[in-house]
Amino acid sequence: MSAAPLIEIEGLRVRFHGDDGRITHAVDSVDLSVANGATLGLVGESGCGKSVTSLAIMGLLPKQTSEVTGNIRFDGVDLLQSSDKSLRDLRGNRLAMIFQEPMTSLNPSFTIGDQIIEAILRHRGGTRKSARERAIELLRRVHIPSPERRIDEYPHKLSGGMRQRVMIAMALACDPRLLIADEPTTALDVTLQAQILELMRELKAASGAAIILITHDLGVVAEVCDEVAVMYAGEIVERAPVDELFASPQHPYTVGLLGSIPRLDHRAEQLATIEGMVPNMAQPPAGCRFAARCPFVLQACTKAPPPLAKVSPGHLSRCIRAPLEQLVS
Amino acid sequence: MALLEVENLVKHFVAERSLLGRPKALVKAVDGVSFTLETGKTLALVGESGCGKSTVSRLVLRLIEPDAGSVRFEGRDLLALDANALRTFRRKAQIIFQDPYASLNPRMTVGQILTEPLALHDLVPPSCRRERVAELLRLVGLEPRLARRYPHEFSGGQRQRIAIARALAVEPRLIICDEPVSALDVSIRSQILNLLRELQDRLGLAYIFVSHDLAVVKHIADRVAVMNLGRIVETADADALFAAPRHPYSRALLSAIPLPQPHAKRSTILLKGEMPSALNPPTGCRFHTRCPFVVDRCRSEAPQLLADSSGHATACHRVAELPPADAILPAPHAMSPELAKLVAAFSRKTEGAGPSGVCIQDAPVTPR
Repeated sequence: MSAAPLIEIEGLRVRFHGDDGRITHAVDSVDLSVANGATLGLVGESGCGKSVTSLAIMGLLPKQTSEVTGNIRFDGVDLLQSSDKSLRDLRGNRLAMIFQEPMTSLNPSFTIGDQIIEAILRHRGGTRKSARERAIELLRRVHIPSPERRIDEYPHKLSGGMRQRVMIAMALACDPRLLIADEPTTALDVTLQAQILELMRELKAASGAAIILITHDLGVVAEVCDEVAVMYAGEIVERAPVDELFASPQHPYTVGLLGSIPRLDHRAEQLATIEGMVPNMAQPPAGCRFAARCPFVLQACTKAPPPLAKVSPGHLSRCIRAPLEQLVS
Repeated sequence: MALLEVENLVKHFVAERSLLGRPKALVKAVDGVSFTLETGKTLALVGESGCGKSTVSRLVLRLIEPDAGSVRFEGRDLLALDANALRTFRRKAQIIFQDPYASLNPRMTVGQILTEPLALHDLVPPSCRRERVAELLRLVGLEPRLARRYPHEFSGGQRQRIAIARALAVEPRLIICDEPVSALDVSIRSQILNLLRELQDRLGLAYIFVSHDLAVVKHIADRVAVMNLGRIVETADADALFAAPRHPYSRALLSAIPLPQPHAKRSTILLKGEMPSALNPPTGCRFHTRCPFVVDRCRSEAPQLLADSSGHATACHRVAELPPADAILPAPHAMSPELAKLVAAFSRKTEGAGPSGVCIQDAPVTPR
């Protein structure tokens, strides 16, 4: 992955201004980059800022209440400096997104064909007839049976798995360079999840698009991602190639996460637990944000925020006690 | 004698009525389900959404009435109970729901929520109720002073603890856990699973654990019943099922779970197509439309659930001819030694930290 990254995020910071004057630090100094054809997993628990990061990339955060700073360079363009019009030209075109809830992200009063055709006409132009043909082709690519017929159906006629396929077809309508998938399989049964993940792998191989996959499921990450960024309380706490992260995590939070999932391939009498709670993001703690819950905490951890430092090539951890091996030997 | 014996349970819901009110279409949610559960054990009901697992759990509590079949609890026929006897039974069997945001009354304090079952069943004299509430809260790892708070002041994991405390208030023998951890974050999920196991050991509870997540089921269950479209297709001791799943549907479910292990060497069985509707289930074996091993016989003749000598039962015509399931099983000990050591150190350090999850949302974590 030595090629120039397709998207490069530097110092991304998102603050929400509440009605009561409170400022919530949702995302803090996030640096990320994804190369062409690579898949980055963005992992963390609810409220850690992973979805806000993706909405910031898409320029979908409400301007009145949120303050977004930093740099997001996509294909040579700074997204945060772009006008609304040029963002509209990008979104759904070279930059596409799939959301978690296929139930709410399709418009119930239009047929799925109308919704896909709209995207094609907006970005590609051409006749309605050719757009319709392309829409049928897209539905076939995501393995929807008899797409010629299905294209004229309304979303409520489709099952959850089908709707998510339609969402994917719509996202692929204009051959995006970057696809952001926010928990694309969380609302689905495991058998459907396996189908959708297989589909995503297949499409990635065919199109060479880069993917940012947002999820809380470490199993999904292990199956489809090349690189992983773990987020906690608005910050990236660890970034590593997928093999390294699962074999030798370098942040205590990642260790806790990996220890707390019941595994088919490992028997544990007791699962690891992460005690305590996520800090209040209106008043983030001064030092390491995980310090209050960390079993390896030192005095120094609560004094100053730790930097995201290199542990080994390509492996970064925001922990002053890394490498963690020295703690257990 | 088993604590709970369920035989041939059937529940059909009317989906559509004719002009004269006669049923025109039926959803066969549960169609001949039988199982038994011993005291202090956990039976897991597993399957995709719409397979009837939640309906079974409600039938067992008689929250809805079955169309046919029998449910015996401690040897007594549940369906013959009158209103009074039913109330006594409900003291012995409780339920925890999936969504702790919806299952607690937002206008009642935690103390009131926990006192209600005590008063309803007149278990504890009014003067001692506060003490009992404190005891219940301690049992689920919450501080007694939190009894004065309202549910909205708690996080999801803490609310699920309160729901568990409410179920425990009447000292039940059976708790039905309907997807109790599906709505929770991974690190909170492990706390609740550990708590459920600990309570089972201490209080000798039996659980019916309804879940779609086989990894969670493997962690908690003694026995597993895999359901597809209203019927049990395979049931066995958890160890036996996870070591050698027999029914093609169980295999597909197991192989579909993503492993937290990059480049894991195993093959997955991808099911083609969608789950058929319970309104109009396929003839013969209800799995035949998606089954990779289907033959003609499967389309016409429904297979019986037949047990072998070890109690491992499968409903499949071709069970004897299927290839071994080794390829879909994850390699054991896939956790790297470094990770295992780190996790052990992580757990050892947090153990002494006292009852978990006791701080309150919005309270500043670092005093300023």
